[in-house]
Amino acid sequence: MSDNTLFEINGLCKAFGEHLVLDHIDTTIEKGEVVVIIGPSGSGKSTFLRSLNLLEQPTGGQILFEGNDITKSGNNIDKYRQKIGMVFQHFNLFPHMTILKNMTIAPMKLLGLSKEEAESQAKALLERVGLLEKADAYPSQLSGGQKQRIAIVRALCMKPDVLLFDEPTSALDPEMVGEVLEVMKDLAKDGMTMLVVTHEMGFAREVGSRVLFIDEGKIVEENTPAELFDNPQSERLQSFLAKVL
Amino acid sequence: MEQFKINFINNFITDNRYMYLVQGLGKTLLLTAFAAIIGIVLGFLVAIIRSTYEKTGKLKIANALCSLYLTVIRGTPAVVQLLIMFYVVFASYNNSTVVAIITFGINSGAYVAEIVRSGIMSIDGGQLEAGRSLGFSYAQTMWYVIMPQAFKNVLPALANEFIVLLKETSICGYIGLMDLTKGGDIIRSRTYEAFMPLIAVALIYLIMVVFLSSMVKKLERRLRVSER
Repeated sequence: MSDNTLFEINGLCKAFGEHLVLDHIDTTIEKGEVVVIIGPSGSGKSTFLRSLNLLEQPTGGQILFEGNDITKSGNNIDKYRQKIGMVFQHFNLFPHMTILKNMTIAPMKLLGLSKEEAESQAKALLERVGLLEKADAYPSQLSGGQKQRIAIVRALCMKPDVLLFDEPTSALDPEMVGEVLEVMKDLAKDGMTMLVVTHEMGFAREVGSRVLFIDEGKIVEENTPAELFDNPQSERLQSFLAKVL
Repeated sequence: MEQFKINFINNFITDNRYMYLVQGLGKTLLLTAFAAIIGIVLGFLVAIIRSTYEKTGKLKIANALCSLYLTVIRGTPAVVQLLIMFYVVFASYNNSTVVAIITFGINSGAYVAEIVRSGIMSIDGGQLEAGRSLGFSYAQTMWYVIMPQAFKNVLPALANEFIVLLKETSICGYIGLMDLTKGGDIIRSRTYEAFMPLIAVALIYLIMVVFLSSMVKKLERRLRVSER
């Protein structure tokens, strides 16, 4: 395992009762990669992503994050989660807090930043995504696209080593998808390590450094976007692409 | 009309009988206030234990104890609980005010617990996930993210529970306390006249409840506005 490895996933399994949702997944995520995960619904791609910060508890295998096995019991998962940012399909902003508070509470309580430090960091990030004037607004006053951009910068406030995106544009009106993807592209350009579960094939092709195709809990195919989209090997990927492209 | 005046003077003015009502009201308010505090503390504690068990499967034994508590308290009449507490549990302790406060507190706690638990469970699961994904522990997420939202959602129901509690304290005469109800009853036993003292007692309760209810309504309106 090289120093550049962020996640090393060995034989990851997740079963709900009899049903095996993740079936021995092996892969490695390097720093700076933008890994896009595609697959039909119910294929286990979201479960895979959510296993990486243990929002889903794996039932087998191991996940090494920066060399530490986070699935081992007795490990303080909260510490690791601080470095693994997550963006959800439904944003999950805290509705009882202003945007600024949404972005400052975790760095203040968990990283020990002062209010001034946390707020200036948050404002710089808001500026970057063009939402500085919403600092004192509440989430309910924002559009879906704005909420998702806030959710992304909220995760960034913890200065994570990697960001997990769980279908970040699936709950958005079509005209708002672009603004969120722009922010994600911008992050990718900055060298942020990202794992993105998405149905946006255009994004996968343009920004992804690698694409994983997951079906029935297995990584069926993985390749660079150009190769994977233009030259799919397996029949399942071919039929999937025929449906979505 | 003349008769009404005579009755009024006989029931309330003569021998300063109105003081039974005033002192009784004081006792009623004292019992309600302290029982409410115990009820809130106990109720939140039980609600957190129960919802933690429902969400994570932890605290199994504590949850079983809480379930037992809820079943027993909600399954038996408050009067019976009061009598058992006074004559059995605290038989050797004769400060009935304290016993009544503890009993009403424990009783109210069971209802508060179910209200708060429903509030916690009504918060979208994504909130807990978002808090945890930032690195907050379960307890921190509850404290910073879940409870403030849950509390806001259940405030009206909680306020109603305390209106119920206010009326519930009227049974404390069973262990010899003189609250508002008992005060009115004492006047009745002195003047041999039931109508006026008992109607007066009812009116005082009614005024308090109507006032508190209007406060709850105002609160509900305020909370709705801040949601937009």
